[in-house]
Amino acid sequence: MSSSDRTDPAASKGPATYVVDAVVAVIVFFIGAVVIFGSRKLGAEWTSDGPGSGYFPFYIGLVMCISGAGIFYQALFSKTAKRNTDEFVDGEQLKRVLSVLLPAAVYVLAVQFIGLYIASAIYIALFMVILGKFSWLKSIGIALCVNVLFFLMFEVWFKVPLFKGAYNMLDFLGY
Amino acid sequence: MDEINSLLQGFAVVLTPMNMLLMIVGIVLGVLIGVLPGLGGANGVAILLPLTFTMTPTSAIIMLSCIYWGALFGGAITSILFNIPGEPWSVATTFDGYPMAQQGRAGEALTAAFTSSFIGAFVAVVMITFLAPLVAKFALKFGPPEFFAVYLLTFCSFVGMGKGSPFKILASMTLGFALASVGMDTVTGQLRLTFGWTELMRGFDFLIAVIGLFGIGEILLSMEEGLAFSGKHAKLDPKVVLATWKKLPQYWMTSVRSSLVGIWMGITPGGATPASFMSYGLAKKMSKNGDKFGTGQIEGVIAPETAAHAAGTSALLPMLALGIPGSPTAAVLLGGLLIWGLQPGPLLFVEQKDFVWGLIASMYLGNLVGLLVVLSTVPLFASILRIPFSIIAPVIIVICAIGAYTVHSAMLDIWFMLIFGVMGYMFKKLDYPLAPLVLALVLGDKAEDSFRQSMLLSQGELGIMYSNYLVGSITTLALILLLWPLISKGLNLIRPAKKDEFEADRPVD
Repeated sequence: MSSSDRTDPAASKGPATYVVDAVVAVIVFFIGAVVIFGSRKLGAEWTSDGPGSGYFPFYIGLVMCISGAGIFYQALFSKTAKRNTDEFVDGEQLKRVLSVLLPAAVYVLAVQFIGLYIASAIYIALFMVILGKFSWLKSIGIALCVNVLFFLMFEVWFKVPLFKGAYNMLDFLGY
Repeated sequence: MDEINSLLQGFAVVLTPMNMLLMIVGIVLGVLIGVLPGLGGANGVAILLPLTFTMTPTSAIIMLSCIYWGALFGGAITSILFNIPGEPWSVATTFDGYPMAQQGRAGEALTAAFTSSFIGAFVAVVMITFLAPLVAKFALKFGPPEFFAVYLLTFCSFVGMGKGSPFKILASMTLGFALASVGMDTVTGQLRLTFGWTELMRGFDFLIAVIGLFGIGEILLSMEEGLAFSGKHAKLDPKVVLATWKKLPQYWMTSVRSSLVGIWMGITPGGATPASFMSYGLAKKMSKNGDKFGTGQIEGVIAPETAAHAAGTSALLPMLALGIPGSPTAAVLLGGLLIWGLQPGPLLFVEQKDFVWGLIASMYLGNLVGLLVVLSTVPLFASILRIPFSIIAPVIIVICAIGAYTVHSAMLDIWFMLIFGVMGYMFKKLDYPLAPLVLALVLGDKAEDSFRQSMLLSQGELGIMYSNYLVGSITTLALILLLWPLISKGLNLIRPAKKDEFEADRPVD
């Protein structure tokens, strides 16, 4: 996973792993603080009839803050472990990850409107054409096959209805 | 012998045509899941769980546990043929399995791996058959403090036995607990930590977390590597299988030792991966050919596979007997029990005899069927990995989305799945373990309930954790494990420990 052995001088330099580590540690600490704050509001003390709703989460938040601080210290100031100065992701890797993640987010948004089946078919076909460089015919064929199979499996055989979206275009099928 | 009688009854429950069919379907799906990148035991079972809602609990658990066995078998295929460990516990199998495949001995390596997986699982199931009822009977006497002590032990042993920064283990665990507490409080009925967002009333379902963390996260990781699979061809000649089987008995010591290591590590949580590494290390130390390990020694395949499978199977013991799962997959199975309307815990052995013994009987049969299925269908599954990643990746993401939706029929859950996916990717890259998060998310409510009940009993005195010998010793053990990173540092000062040579290769899971 380390990218230090790569010798492409043109690649842009991303943040080092220890920096990302420290940032995530701060986020962990922050979430811990939010949990503590929320539990205090719920009542983290002993109420008249026993421990309040926030009693247990309060301590969880406390441990989370401590561990966030610990990770932060280990990432930046630890003497025993060497700082991990490897690049967290290089430009090429980031591009590859985003090329899956962004379409996936668009896909989920599409599911919201046109439902699981149609969105999935479009998603698989486009993914194959754009990222896999397959022909349109093959991509659409596979996308349709996969989704017809899912439809039969969920709606017909196991009778588990899936999300049809805000605009149900499969209404005519009667499921 | 009560157990033998109950077991025979269990076989009677399992041996119906429908259940046998589900068993084979489960195994085939499981191997498929184990072979495909991005789908593993835990999220595979999580995605397929909704399909079992309409089945009887016994049929459902048979199918799901068979998916689990199948996934355990499937991990070996990718590690040996493609040098890609499908699961964290198959990493050690690649050390000798892949060199064997490169030398054209793939058939031998696969046969050895599958057979030793079977042996490991078999020994573990025999152990479960006789030990689980005893543990359950013992646990019937447990009150809330004892249960909380066992929960504490479960979570502390992650810290004591895990690899990497103990703070990261704690962070991952507390994040799980915090997510578990979101939503309706089971005791007071108050809404907790929803910050006025009514959609959060349902809370975070751990199935969504499992599908996102392990499924989407894994896809993102594989994508980053820009995977181009280049595998060795596999053909399993019956002659090779028989020849390998003839060779295996001479390594019985390795098998016995690895099974024991696996069982011991499997009962304690998070065990399969350390078990496979420990067993590989021990085999290397004790074998005559120890210095040749890593160049394609058959013992180097037998040892980790036996231990991983024994550990994976033993992880079901605490799940069945105590209601405390020993691995993420066992946690998903436990979630299944709740959905089918069964109350996990020691009472299961009293109230749901058919279910428990049916499950145990299906472990025997499922592993046997699994062995036969994988031996006969390896080429088929190996060819799946030759399907281009640009077809597999979108299909897996679609499967994950469907799986996330079907849990509660809630659209919002698909968004959560995506967020958990990004989280899983970041956590994997930064060496945060995911298993503690999942177990905390599953057990959060129950651990909290037992804690609150104990506190009510004692009116807020923590001293109740030392009120008798049993609860006191479990608590003490838990605290020792929690502080183990510090203790081992202290011991190191007095007497420097030998360095673990496989430390760097062992994944954090």
